[in-house]
Amino acid sequence: MSKPSGIMRATLVKDLRLEWRSKDAINAMLFFALLVVVIFSFSFDPTAEESRHIAGGLIWVAFLFAAVVALNQTWARELRNQVLDGFRVSPAPPNALFLAKAFGNFIFVAVLEMLMAPLFVIFYNLRVIGSFPQLLLLVALGTWALVVNGTFFAAMSLRTRSREIMLPLLLFPISIPAIIGMVNGTTAILTGDDPALFWIVLLATYNLVFTTGSLLLFPTVLHAE
Amino acid sequence: MNRTFFILAGLTALLLAYATYAALVLAPTEQTMGDVQRIFYYHAPSAWTAFLLFFINFIASVQYLVRPSETADRFAKWAAITIGVIACVAPFFIPLPAGIEPSAVATTGLAVPAAYLLIRKYFSDQGTDILALSSAEVGVVFCTIVLITGPLWARPVWGIWWTWDVRLTSTLVLWLIYVSYLMLRRFSTSGETPKLAAALAVFGALDMPLVYFSIWFFRTQHPQPVIGGGGSIDPRMLRVFALNCFAFTCYAGIIVWFRYRIERMRRDVEETEALEALLEPRGTKSGGSR
Repeated sequence: MSKPSGIMRATLVKDLRLEWRSKDAINAMLFFALLVVVIFSFSFDPTAEESRHIAGGLIWVAFLFAAVVALNQTWARELRNQVLDGFRVSPAPPNALFLAKAFGNFIFVAVLEMLMAPLFVIFYNLRVIGSFPQLLLLVALGTWALVVNGTFFAAMSLRTRSREIMLPLLLFPISIPAIIGMVNGTTAILTGDDPALFWIVLLATYNLVFTTGSLLLFPTVLHAE
Repeated sequence: MNRTFFILAGLTALLLAYATYAALVLAPTEQTMGDVQRIFYYHAPSAWTAFLLFFINFIASVQYLVRPSETADRFAKWAAITIGVIACVAPFFIPLPAGIEPSAVATTGLAVPAAYLLIRKYFSDQGTDILALSSAEVGVVFCTIVLITGPLWARPVWGIWWTWDVRLTSTLVLWLIYVSYLMLRRFSTSGETPKLAAALAVFGALDMPLVYFSIWFFRTQHPQPVIGGGGSIDPRMLRVFALNCFAFTCYAGIIVWFRYRIERMRRDVEETEALEALLEPRGTKSGGSR
């Protein structure tokens, strides 16, 4: 029997390799986010002086909707050939699987953000006025907040009819405090008007609470067939 | 059981009728707002009832989750008792924000172990889940009433229908979370929907303090609680308000009880049908037994 860290690494490497060879999720996410950016730029006037004030909201709405694409296929992939059932009857700890999936999603969404960031800068003429390291920290915390709950609720929505639509219905209401934190924190740093410390602390607390909650409840959700 | 239920339901209907009469006729008219203020006797008791029901849903969900494991069950029991003790002692020693009475916090804190131990003692495995389901359903109805009557009052008094203030927004988010809870229960195809739903209820409860603090950063426009908040209130108004709160709680209790019995019966019927299908000899298919 291998150690939890070994199971985690194996699952993570497998997911990354699958994604590297197929590029299903990242292509869909990128194109989807691009569409959101373009549609938003038609809905608002991107050259206006206020674009900096609304950019925080636009960026996160685009990432939020795009992340759902990656999150939805997290577990759906394991349904083929009864991989998930195999995992359920194996003595491997469920939390190792959960963490591997969450890290994998974190990497996917982070890659998406890195590829999309230049686009936002170009389309909305953005410039960071506040501190850049703070922005990086905020984005990392915000991304983890999205994927940790997203991975958990994706496992939950696996057992529902029309599960693709069920994930956002479950994820978005719970994510509201995180979204408030991300959007306001990003706006605060981009405009340099207010300190973003409160929002960083809020996101860190959110991550702590829900990472613990997910680890405690994931075995129950995995075994609920 | 049947007779008790109908007697209690009748009494509740009478109580509710009298409480409404008291709110509309007996209570004195408010000085500045006039008759519009009377919606308060409907709005605030509905809010109290909705929060109470969501609280019961949370306790029942925790109970449902921990029950299969003896260690988790014992841990949760002592956690509930510890929360109760801390909530009883702490408010008298640490300074609280102005307008919050230590005794009010202590009473609320006591409700945690009291509700937990009562539900633990009197509800079976299935029972806690049915209780969670029925309290969530009725809670969503009351929460909807709160969200509708609030703007009706706000329009003439504040001049706006809605504002993204902390109390309004967190009530709306609470409503959203519980609607997603009911949707999960409805759409789930899993044989263990109760477990998934209970996990979601726990996540929702963990979320609420974060929701409150994240929105708290915005300015608060909702009137501060008048009772125990240092504001002056006519004792007659207070009596009518207390009466309405009591009547609404009884009303919610009766509806939850009713819903609980229906759900219990539905599950019994389902179980019996499944059993009969197993026992039935091959070839004698009975159609349309539903």
